[in-house]
Amino acid sequence: MNLLQDIIVVDFSQFLSGPSAGLRLADMGARVIKIERPGTGDICRQLYVSDTRIEGESTIFHAINRNKQSYAADLKDPSDLEKIKKLIAQADVVLHNFRPGVMERIGLDYARVKELNPGIVYGEVSGYGNEGPWKELPGQDLLVQALSGLTWLSNNRDERPTPMGVSVVDILAGTYLAQGILAALYRRGMDGQSSLVQVSMMEAVLDFQFEVLTCFYNDGRQLPVRSQLSNGNAYIPAPYGIYKTREGYLSLAMGDIPKLAELLQCPSLAVFTNAAEWYDRRDEIKEILTWHLMTRSADEWLAVLQPADVWCAKVMDYQDLMQQVGYKVLNMELRVKTSNGLSLKTTRCPIRIDGQLAVSEKGAPLLGEHNELIDDQFGLGIAIS
Amino acid sequence: MNQLPLHGLTVLEFSQYLSGPSAGLRLADLGARVIKIERPGTGDACRRLSIKNLWVDGDSLLFHTINRNKESFTADLKSSEDRAVIRKLIGRADVLTHNFRPGVMESFDLGYGSVAELNSRIVYGAISGYGKEGPWKDRPGQDLLLQSMSGLAYMTGNEKDNPMPFGLSIADSLCGAQLVQGILAALVRRHKTGKGALVEISMMESLLDFQFEFLTTYHSSGQLPQRSKLSNGNPLLSAPYGIYATTDGHIAVAMVNIPQLAQILGSEVLAEYSQEQAFSHRDEIKGILTRHLAGQSSDYWLEKLHANDLWAMEVLDWKTLTEHEGYQVLQMEQAVTTTRGKSLVTTRCPIRINGERLFSGKPAPSLGQDNERIVMELLK
Repeated sequence: MNLLQDIIVVDFSQFLSGPSAGLRLADMGARVIKIERPGTGDICRQLYVSDTRIEGESTIFHAINRNKQSYAADLKDPSDLEKIKKLIAQADVVLHNFRPGVMERIGLDYARVKELNPGIVYGEVSGYGNEGPWKELPGQDLLVQALSGLTWLSNNRDERPTPMGVSVVDILAGTYLAQGILAALYRRGMDGQSSLVQVSMMEAVLDFQFEVLTCFYNDGRQLPVRSQLSNGNAYIPAPYGIYKTREGYLSLAMGDIPKLAELLQCPSLAVFTNAAEWYDRRDEIKEILTWHLMTRSADEWLAVLQPADVWCAKVMDYQDLMQQVGYKVLNMELRVKTSNGLSLKTTRCPIRIDGQLAVSEKGAPLLGEHNELIDDQFGLGIAIS
Repeated sequence: MNQLPLHGLTVLEFSQYLSGPSAGLRLADLGARVIKIERPGTGDACRRLSIKNLWVDGDSLLFHTINRNKESFTADLKSSEDRAVIRKLIGRADVLTHNFRPGVMESFDLGYGSVAELNSRIVYGAISGYGKEGPWKDRPGQDLLLQSMSGLAYMTGNEKDNPMPFGLSIADSLCGAQLVQGILAALVRRHKTGKGALVEISMMESLLDFQFEFLTTYHSSGQLPQRSKLSNGNPLLSAPYGIYATTDGHIAVAMVNIPQLAQILGSEVLAEYSQEQAFSHRDEIKGILTRHLAGQSSDYWLEKLHANDLWAMEVLDWKTLTEHEGYQVLQMEQAVTTTRGKSLVTTRCPIRINGERLFSGKPAPSLGQDNERIVMELLK
């Protein structure tokens, strides 16, 4: 049986953070019902990026919302709201990522939902929590990255603050929300009690920095200093970083410098025999490596370094990656189909259970596709007398 | 709070470094009892791995950060005597985690099959670098290398930059967090069926999942992600998405309608572009914005942008962040006193349960500090 079989999730969330939590729950077997505004739905449906669209909807929407159902309801309409309340009374989890106060105005805040369903697990993602000067601000990935100090960790010292090029805050916040929801579901199994689970994007990105922030808290609050060249992590000694070669790029993780000097036949590195210098003089070391590594191709270097167990790799783009047996053997690609026959390729859930891949061919739902089914199954069509 | 959600659960952590131990930390903060199983003499290799040469009570500050709120039990897995004790512990545990390379736990007769025979209710969580099969399976599952191999290094930085890694261990952190998801979902099922589960994840799969939007877009368009020439914030997104320099700092500007932005910033050059050109002409637009925004201070621009509810924010570093009321109100810091009385400050669990923040003052264990007590418990 699937891990989350019979768990019903009523998901009011939009964009990425909340929906990515819903996706993970769906992939582990839960039935996730997106509650969407009639006419437009999840705004992510219309979020066109890269000019890549699938049947007028963004590819991103399809990636995030596969394996879910859609129920269109106008939460400002009393009869629709009544249906939603009946649905929630039969659900296990409610999810949302509205700004603070929105669910209260609709009448679906935790206190009231708990009255409808005393065993509910109620999960919410906010930008910055429910208090303080930032609480009304949009919880948007780049903006939270900018506020959190994260942008001073990537790129080289003299470069401007640099955001991480993936919506890392959304994804981590969604991941932690799913953790909290699952822990609360476990608890409910033991004691039948409801729980409120809250994660803010700001707290998520601070947690992501927990190792380096702890360093900052305890070293007299010194700011991180990125290396001048090939910065891979402001706190890790040379050679840690990515280097250009005569052909292709090479990444070098932690390694012994004199050993590298010998393997790479780079005598000017051999003088760095004291390991403390690998951090203190990392810019000098990295500069020597930068010039030296340009003299041969990444493949030639790898042929020397890999047999010697040096931590190194070739830098690959998607095209290179997908030709690798190591990629293919993971079976990470998944083809899904929507109910109107559209087929597209995306990625599967990364977790394997009992040696099995969690794969579902169900694509993203059309807006309101499951209204009739859900009305019927949950008895929502019948007016309350 | 009466009880934390995972109160009563026992986790045996055979993991080292970051990925597995970060999963253990989250389970501990949610209420589980986490016992690190460590090699006598040296323990988790992370005890000796420092950043900025910061040490507390003989172990690295890094180790203290990742392993607070846990216990330590030393056992030599190569000794049959010690293994017998471990088997007893397994008999009483709910969860086991490890992040050894494939085959190592099996060589100690602690693979899932053997462990499930001892305890059919156990949830067994295993992290690998690249999965159990294929040509990469014995390669080091190291964060920077995984970022380099997974395509992720082509997302950050500008078009002409070398491929650029995230300056943090995203593969470790994400993989650990996803292991927690799988373990908890398996515990939910166990409550219904009484049966445990094998939960496996690799750091490579975590990073591919992390890029699901990019990979799905790539599969349907066939176009590799392109970083913008200037101020790249996310290769999939249109102008203005990115960070821009001002006279006295930097501001981040997220999704904003171009004609509206032109009007509010007072840029006639920008006003010549339509919203439809926001992706196709993003380098030109970003170039115009770069020149325009460089002319005034961050506050000047943010006042205009915020007055119109546009998505923009100042760029802070940790000093300005931690002095800000918006940070302080979160109470993200907590003090931990080590077993030898030294105090350090670290972050707390980011999840709130029933409106309460989860703090734990329990420090990281010294190596083997709980051996005696745990052996006594087993004898009971």
